Amino acid sequence: MPDSPWDWNLQRTIPSSLDAGHQLIECYLKILDQFGWEGGDLFHVQLAVEEAIVNAITHGNQQSPDKTVEIEFKVSRNETIMRIRDEGPGFCPDSLPDPTSEELLDVPHGRGVMLIRQTMTSVEFNAAGNQVTMVKRRAFE
Amino acid sequence: MPERRRLSVTAIADLAIVRFIDRKIVDSTNIEEMGEEMLGLVEKDRFKDVILNFDGVEFLSSAALNKLIIMDKAVKNVGGKLQLCSFKAEIMEVFTITRLNKVFDIKKTESDALKALGVTI
Repeated sequence: MPDSPWDWNLQRTIPSSLDAGHQLIECYLKILDQFGWEGGDLFHVQLAVEEAIVNAITHGNQQSPDKTVEIEFKVSRNETIMRIRDEGPGFCPDSLPDPTSEELLDVPHGRGVMLIRQTMTSVEFNAAGNQVTMVKRRAFE
Repeated sequence: MPERRRLSVTAIADLAIVRFIDRKIVDSTNIEEMGEEMLGLVEKDRFKDVILNFDGVEFLSSAALNKLIIMDKAVKNVGGKLQLCSFKAEIMEVFTITRLNKVFDIKKTESDALKALGVTI
């Protein structure tokens, strides 16, 4: 059996609470920092994970105390994976309107998923639309 | 002057120069407070022009961007001008990706923003 390519990994189930989400994000960012992540790459990861977890808690689970969010992080020096799953009904990411179109440019919502797609190396939603898997490879080693 | 928890404000006549207390603008309660305090500048304190200086701000989420869009509309409603300045490179990239750099008047430094508003100190 080959060794795991990951230097660190974490699986947690958290309540639908933004405080709980932010605590986990802070922990994840500290780990990334320890493995040498910095600058634009670290910023992109922070942006994507923030948007995905807030979406899961607020839009997916509607902050319901009866629902939880499953989160998995894997970290190496060159790559990180984030998987976030909520208990909501899911959504169709391809049906979202383009927030950069002229008519939506000054609308104060709807940029989260676009920011995730623009900053991650790859983004995949499950068929139900309640789980997102995001991969970021560092731009330089 | 009203007590503010998220913003630090310097007044020059009807211009408010605003700095942010939080280095990371992510917490939803803080973002709500920030939005209310920004709107209060034009709706309660009657400032006309506003400079938002992002010096020291390391991160902001799309929820914070939404508050900036609402603020831009509020300032335009009173016939004022809103200038944003002193972005770190990564935050400027967020404005470019979202094309919000087409919505906002963004200057490199606070002095550039003051100059654009015709203010000399």
